[in-house]
Amino acid sequence: MIPEIGNFSLMLALCLALIQGIVPIVGAARGNQRLMQLARPTAAGQFLFVSLAFGCLVYAFVTNDFSVAYVETNSNSTLPLHYRVAATWGGHEGSLLLWVEMLVLWMNAVALFSRQLPSAMVARVLGVMGLISVGFLSFLLFTSNPFARLLPAAINGHDLNPLLQDIGMIIHPPLLYMGYVGFSVAFSFALAALMGGQLDASWARWSRPWTLLAWMFLTLGIFVGSFWAYYELGWGGWWFWDAVENASFMPWLVGTALIHSLAVTEKRDSFKNWTVLLAIIVFSLSLLGTFLVRSGVLTSVHAFATDPRRGLFILVFLGIVIGGALMLYAWRAPQVGLGGRFSLFSRETMLLLNNVMLLAAAGTVFLGTLYPLFLDALNLGKISVGPPYFEAVFVPLMTPVLLLMAIGPFVRWKEASLKEVWLRLRWIALVAVLSGIGLALTLKFSMLMTVGITLAAWVLLATVFHVAQQLRNGAGKLLSLPRSFLGMVAAHIGIAIFVIGVTLVKGHEVVQDANMHLGDKATVGGMDFRFIDMKKIHGPNYEAAQGTFVVTRHSVEVAVMKPEKRLFTVQQMPMTEAAIDRGLTRDLYVSLGDQTSANSWVVRIQHKPFVSWIWGGCLLMALGGLLAASDRRYRLKKL
Amino acid sequence: MHKIFLLLLTLAISVCNAQSVPGNSELDLRMMRIAGELRCLVCQNQTLADSNAELAIDLRKQLREKLASGMSDQEVIDFMVQRYGDFVLYKPRLQPSTWLLWFGPFLILIGGLIFLVFRIRRLQNEDRS
Amino acid sequence: MNRFLIPFALFIFLLIMLGLGLRLNPHEVPSPLIGKPAPGFQLSQLQAPDKFITPQELKGQVWLLNVWASWCVSCRLEHAALMDLASQHRVTMIGLNYKDTRLNGINALRELGNPYQVSGFDENGRVGVDFGVYGVPETFVIDKTGVIRYKQIGPLTAEVITEKLLPLIKELNRA
Repeated sequence: MIPEIGNFSLMLALCLALIQGIVPIVGAARGNQRLMQLARPTAAGQFLFVSLAFGCLVYAFVTNDFSVAYVETNSNSTLPLHYRVAATWGGHEGSLLLWVEMLVLWMNAVALFSRQLPSAMVARVLGVMGLISVGFLSFLLFTSNPFARLLPAAINGHDLNPLLQDIGMIIHPPLLYMGYVGFSVAFSFALAALMGGQLDASWARWSRPWTLLAWMFLTLGIFVGSFWAYYELGWGGWWFWDAVENASFMPWLVGTALIHSLAVTEKRDSFKNWTVLLAIIVFSLSLLGTFLVRSGVLTSVHAFATDPRRGLFILVFLGIVIGGALMLYAWRAPQVGLGGRFSLFSRETMLLLNNVMLLAAAGTVFLGTLYPLFLDALNLGKISVGPPYFEAVFVPLMTPVLLLMAIGPFVRWKEASLKEVWLRLRWIALVAVLSGIGLALTLKFSMLMTVGITLAAWVLLATVFHVAQQLRNGAGKLLSLPRSFLGMVAAHIGIAIFVIGVTLVKGHEVVQDANMHLGDKATVGGMDFRFIDMKKIHGPNYEAAQGTFVVTRHSVEVAVMKPEKRLFTVQQMPMTEAAIDRGLTRDLYVSLGDQTSANSWVVRIQHKPFVSWIWGGCLLMALGGLLAASDRRYRLKKL
Repeated sequence: MHKIFLLLLTLAISVCNAQSVPGNSELDLRMMRIAGELRCLVCQNQTLADSNAELAIDLRKQLREKLASGMSDQEVIDFMVQRYGDFVLYKPRLQPSTWLLWFGPFLILIGGLIFLVFRIRRLQNEDRS
Repeated sequence: MNRFLIPFALFIFLLIMLGLGLRLNPHEVPSPLIGKPAPGFQLSQLQAPDKFITPQELKGQVWLLNVWASWCVSCRLEHAALMDLASQHRVTMIGLNYKDTRLNGINALRELGNPYQVSGFDENGRVGVDFGVYGVPETFVIDKTGVIRYKQIGPLTAEVITEKLLPLIKELNRA
């Protein structure tokens, strides 16, 4: 009964989406207020019905309704409650429903916080979001219905993949989807502006907070994914340039370019075409990611069980949405006009440079991810493109970005003097280079590490100097500085910290595999790891062997670590649960491999310096996004 | 059919995520470094170094023997490519079909910068005229 | 106007590539050995440990090398088709018993039927590696001069046999 209600709810939502997608836009074109005013109510209606459907699916999981095929595939009665809820988005159909739920959330947030916008704009923005909703709801109902019944009903289900039975599963997909879907707002604003022919500073001002928030969510989503992989997968890696990871990184890179571009359009009324195109590209990349994960076109650990028919549907949808958007761009953009002028050395140019480089980076990731497919499709052979390629190519591309990131804020708008900037920054540059070289010599860095640390120091010092300068110029106390400025500071510092973490971990981490007997001792990274115990423990739906390692440094106990090897009873799947001792300057990482005899096991021990700075950097970046989004000028005078 | 696929997939994942034992001698480190740049053919989302599919274990053993017998790193890699093709290399070889891949990023960047300079110049010229 | 159409044009190109990609299988690893001589080996025969099999002996005839194992579930799917092909006596069929035990291999053949003239016993899988085997079952078609002409990844089906293998074997027999 409940699943049928859910199914019917989705159908009603689709009807509303159709109305929302067509009528307000027609109304805006004709200046018909009544038609335009349908936008908000239809959005609210969609929210009601999609949330109802989502609730029905969660209900099916919570009540162990194995007559629903999707529940049977992804859940089990022994699965703890919170994972039963998370299992709702553990497979293709349910995660799509989550996508749509996020879409109606953003849609209604826009409906709620847009009172000060002209009604034509609101109508168009919500209209475009409605059209996107039509696509996804159709996809759900016609090819991927989560409410499909399994008759006769199963007694119990297949259980959620043990790798997903973790808090990461509860927060990573929702955060990520909030990001992906959030960019649909920027996209919709861009199309609305093109349709209305109104592309000016106010459009950018309205778009910007939404884009910043979406960017923040995407940053957090990617961060959680990485953090989760780090402790979950048991081998200490945190980024593999896997196709799906890249699919989330590309919109992030272009999204970063977009928020910088919006800043320029907002302040100086320049780059308008360019910013619009970026907004279209970011969301297109979100959609492309959806396609890549669900069509079977690329190999990935993340890929859902696939069906070429579904792939075709998404491809057609992609063609219509993105193709349509780009056609609209080609038609309307030439009329938009050029905007404010600026000289070759100016903050505008610096930000444009930022855009070009971030786009080149995104293009590179795109090239590497899709190249095997291109070659195969053209019958030119089958190759693999993996981490060695991406690392070789990406690092040189990011270097100029880091270099310019520190300089940009010091360059004036419209027209700046290279000499002036040099005079201001030369001491900082010197200190950065000296500290880089100094650290390199004392701590034995490679060339690559030295470059990384120097650049990070450069960004850090320049940013802090900038803040100091603002404070000295009588801008008041730190916390009373404008939020958008603080946001920039936090995000840029976040990147510096991130780079420090990555450089030190990749440069100096130690990984050691050994066959250890009970009582054995291994020395890694200057610490002794003694294997003192192994015992059996029981979990709610697994049995495990838990080892105990005492870690000492110069005979002083540093940590007691208990890695586990779990066997999940339903799927009979073994899984390794690493023991991590986290620290500000290093992580200790111990994971169990196979048992090699009655009292010996394969153990992987790792010493990872400054890996926490990777996480810290990401969190700072996200904080930066939040601060910038909450700047005074975006806050409503009254609702 | 879906279920069989899912079952096989879970089996594959479980096999792939276990661990094996190299040791830490010079040869082992060389072998693991090479294996880190090769793709496992069974667990295709892992390197040959990380995977514990039976084929991966066998291949690592065989690679180590080849290194011990005096083969160079490149010869060992060629051994794998002769049998499994370019698919097994995570770092694509530089050949005509991959020129675009390797030079592309650089070309995109240069192209973008040139385009940028032209556009800014054009803006200024239009301003003047 | 033309400058603004570039993004659209690029997108259409991408769309076409992705469309073509939908027909491909990213997991399948094509063999670099097609058109190259079959690797040499000398393996003991599964059912006669003191006798051997090498590809040298098979020069002058077209032959099939089918990689199988008693523990391989998918191999059972193609077994009926293999037995049928064997009964037609169109091509010499040689088995490669891959990473198995002699006992299990012999028992499997006894239980399911033996389509092969002889099976080589590749206990440690090294011959398989030389042939670029990465999963079971796989099948190779080798011509009279010992050159590999075709590789099937996964179980053979009646369609593949009638549409691809038999015509190829006929053509190779004529040469």
